[in-house]
Amino acid sequence: MTARSTFHFATTKGGALIALLFCLGGPTSAAPPDVSKAPAGASACLGCHGASETELPSLNKLSESEIESAMDAFRTGAREATLMNRIAKGFTPDETRALAQWLVTQGRAP
Amino acid sequence: MSLTRRTLLATTAAALAAPSLAQAPAKVVVIGGGFAGATAARFLQREGVSVTLVEPNAQYISCPFSNAVLAGLRNLSQQTFTYKAIAAQGITIAQQAATQIDAQARRVTLTDGTVLTYDRLVMAPGIDLNFASLPGYDEAASTLMPHAWKAGAQTTLLRQQLEAMPDGGTVIISAPANPFRCPPGPYERASLIAWYLKTNKPKSKLLILDAKDAFSKQSLFTAAWKEIYGDMIEWIGLSGGGKVTEVKARENIFVTEFGEHKADVGNVIPPQRAGRIATIAGATDQTGWCPIDPVTFEAKLVPNIHVIGDAAVGGGMPKSAFAANAQAKACAYAVSALLRGDNPAEPKLINTCYSLVKPDYAISVAGVYAPAKGLLADVQGAGGVSVANAPASVRAAEAHYAEGWYKTITQEVFG
Repeated sequence: MTARSTFHFATTKGGALIALLFCLGGPTSAAPPDVSKAPAGASACLGCHGASETELPSLNKLSESEIESAMDAFRTGAREATLMNRIAKGFTPDETRALAQWLVTQGRAP
Repeated sequence: MSLTRRTLLATTAAALAAPSLAQAPAKVVVIGGGFAGATAARFLQREGVSVTLVEPNAQYISCPFSNAVLAGLRNLSQQTFTYKAIAAQGITIAQQAATQIDAQARRVTLTDGTVLTYDRLVMAPGIDLNFASLPGYDEAASTLMPHAWKAGAQTTLLRQQLEAMPDGGTVIISAPANPFRCPPGPYERASLIAWYLKTNKPKSKLLILDAKDAFSKQSLFTAAWKEIYGDMIEWIGLSGGGKVTEVKARENIFVTEFGEHKADVGNVIPPQRAGRIATIAGATDQTGWCPIDPVTFEAKLVPNIHVIGDAAVGGGMPKSAFAANAQAKACAYAVSALLRGDNPAEPKLINTCYSLVKPDYAISVAGVYAPAKGLLADVQGAGGVSVANAPASVRAAEAHYAEGWYKTITQEVFG
């Protein structure tokens, strides 16, 4: 995970170039989901699967491979579901992998 | 001129020409604090954008699950949310209505005359009831024959009328042509009112007068109605004469091309269009809705104004709270990218929508959407409705999951 950082260059009267580095909101474990890096579709998952366990599971406790294999199984029909199979079919294996990766890194629900 | 002053001026000029997150934060005004607008405000603020949310109401009363309030299964307080957590996040709340938008100057005027400037504007004005399109129906008529299509006092009024109705009465619901907010909503409403009637006033009838010949989750609703409610619910579609052309509110009468239907309780769900501010901004077309770009949600008719939620059209996504929330996140990403000078990546969107047919019995529709030919098109092979002829355990599981969805989404949007 990379911190978002900004360089400011200022020219002094002496002509020396001073580079100032400001770290804005470095990542912490409680950082909210960074939608700017979300692969297609991933941020929508959080509408049902949040930080808290409800009648629906939170994805925060799952690993990347657990999310990916669950989605693969929903897509192929190997795992039965009321609804997730209809959604998983909308994502290719590559899209599913990217989505799982994001969900366990920047996508952790706050 | 000193070097320092020249640098300062150059910086100011650059900031005006291309607002950048690296300098003063870019300014986004979000109009509307529903599922779409509140979500967009929160995700934009987390992107480092300076966000003002324009919303005249201090509380939000949510439509999803409000049909359960009509049936006495929930209280309106369980539907009510505040903007406190959103304000605490660092979003400025302007508790006003937007009255004017100058798209050229990028300015929004509020009720009290305050002028807000923006780099980009996100509009989530929801729906307006299109009273002009249904003779006899207006704000005053809705105090006699409620629409209850915006949750709140109208929900309470319809509930009171149902409670006051004697056993053996007739409830009539009129449903509009597409598109409108919450496509399965009128049929979930019919189901849950029938539940209330069956358990409290079993000699009563429920009639749906519909301006269309097909509706969302139709075969699932129809099968469930027969199984659970016998012949209590009758549906008349467009070709059977179901289109309501006029209402006589003082007499509780629905007029169709085929005759008149008198109700004991009449619920008029009128035709709709995008919230009025969208038209003031010039973002609506002749249909009354806002066509949008499927990648950025920027209005096709006005630059720098993005439209999300129920007011937007452009493809297969239904007007649901889930879709509004998903669109808001994709839009927040696109707006943030545009403000940085980046190209937004193509989004993929999901919709999920549960309808209760009775307590512990729900059916769902899902869809996955991606940009194609300028629209947000259905991804082929994905989506669809719950399986037919499923055992009760599957319907109960979906009712259970619907509760979970509501808790999660309201936490993400308002918590």
